[in-house]
Amino acid sequence: MRAATVCALMFALSPLVIASADYESTMGLVQKIFYYHMPSAWMFLVSGLVCGVASVRFLITGDARHDRTAWAAAEMAVIFGLVTIVTGPLWARKAWGTFWIWDARTTSSLVQWMVAWAYLILRKYGGPGSEKLAAGLALFGTANVAFIYVSVNYWRTIHPPTSVVPKLPFTMGFPLWYCVAAFTLLFIVLLKLRVRLEEQRATLDSLYLSMDEQG
Amino acid sequence: MIRLAWLILRKDLTVEVRSGEIAYTTLFFAVTCVLVFAFALVREGKPPDDGAAGILWIAIAFAGNLALGRAFERERQAETLRALLLAPAPRPAVYLGKLLGIVVLLAATEAVLVPLIALLFQARLLAHPFWMAAILASGTLGFAAVGTLFAAMLVRARSRDVLLPVLLYPITVPVIIAGVRGTAALLQPEFEGDIVRFWFALLIAFDAVFVTLSLWTFESVMTD
Repeated sequence: MRAATVCALMFALSPLVIASADYESTMGLVQKIFYYHMPSAWMFLVSGLVCGVASVRFLITGDARHDRTAWAAAEMAVIFGLVTIVTGPLWARKAWGTFWIWDARTTSSLVQWMVAWAYLILRKYGGPGSEKLAAGLALFGTANVAFIYVSVNYWRTIHPPTSVVPKLPFTMGFPLWYCVAAFTLLFIVLLKLRVRLEEQRATLDSLYLSMDEQG
Repeated sequence: MIRLAWLILRKDLTVEVRSGEIAYTTLFFAVTCVLVFAFALVREGKPPDDGAAGILWIAIAFAGNLALGRAFERERQAETLRALLLAPAPRPAVYLGKLLGIVVLLAATEAVLVPLIALLFQARLLAHPFWMAAILASGTLGFAAVGTLFAAMLVRARSRDVLLPVLLYPITVPVIIAGVRGTAALLQPEFEGDIVRFWFALLIAFDAVFVTLSLWTFESVMTD
């Protein structure tokens, strides 16, 4: 609860912090979308990783806790992916002159986003036993990241390399890291809430079952 | 294990040779796909540049989805998949047998598709037969490796017919990209060996990783 309050405060203050950042010399105002675009893209990536790792652990151990984490992380991937995919084209329209370019990172993000959607569709409509199938899908999706990236990168990439980030001047670096912290906190809060919801559902189910047994 | 996989492959092929159900429907569907593309894209007798590579792989992906769905539907209807899994055979052997069956079926489809597309789209698909076969074989293996696992997993799921393409296509994106790019490089007037070799190497790496992963997960997802 305290973490949620801090997170809400950080997001409430974030426009002020971002407004205090320097203007980028060629792109001007529109570059400020970067302070939301990149942190959400990072969280999108982290969600995918968490989902993949939790799914592998679920496949190995069969422990339902890992399965709940994987499910929650897949939902986070859809949400943060949505933020990334909405903010990206808005920025690209000004910076690159077009909403969408089939570059390595846009393509691989889009495909990973579709895998996250496929995961949720499978969970919802797959019926009983779909948790194992979903874990298999998540495992394949994680293994796929490298292949998608290599295959599209071979054409051409337009995104700046990640080595740009540590070289940012303080006035731009501080708002960026502030937003990264805010998004990370949001990710953790949402993930924990979602896992707890699933846990309580599981407890409720087992209580119902035991009531039925007692007649 | 190899012998068991071979037995399952032979069983599938025998059933297929006697009924021909999947082979004929898949082939007819693939040809229809190509015709739709021909009607949509060929303008005044002039096919689009570089269109043939994309059309070939779309037809393979669509036909592959159909074949995968039918191959496991047949096992489900007669409950023979349960019998296969109950047999004292290692699970990976069952997977390998089914995978080889799908690959043979798709190879037969491609044998018709390639000359047809070369004819209808005036593409030089047969200019480098060795490389064409290599790209097709490695791409088909990668597509079928993921597809066989997913189709087998989905046998007991609800709404499996819609779920198969939903799961299969996002995962096989690298195969489609590499297949299309590799084939497109083959169609160029002068042979671009480096580019073809790059995509072929990517396909081989994809095959190795995904066949290994499938062999490993088939056991744990098919337990009940």
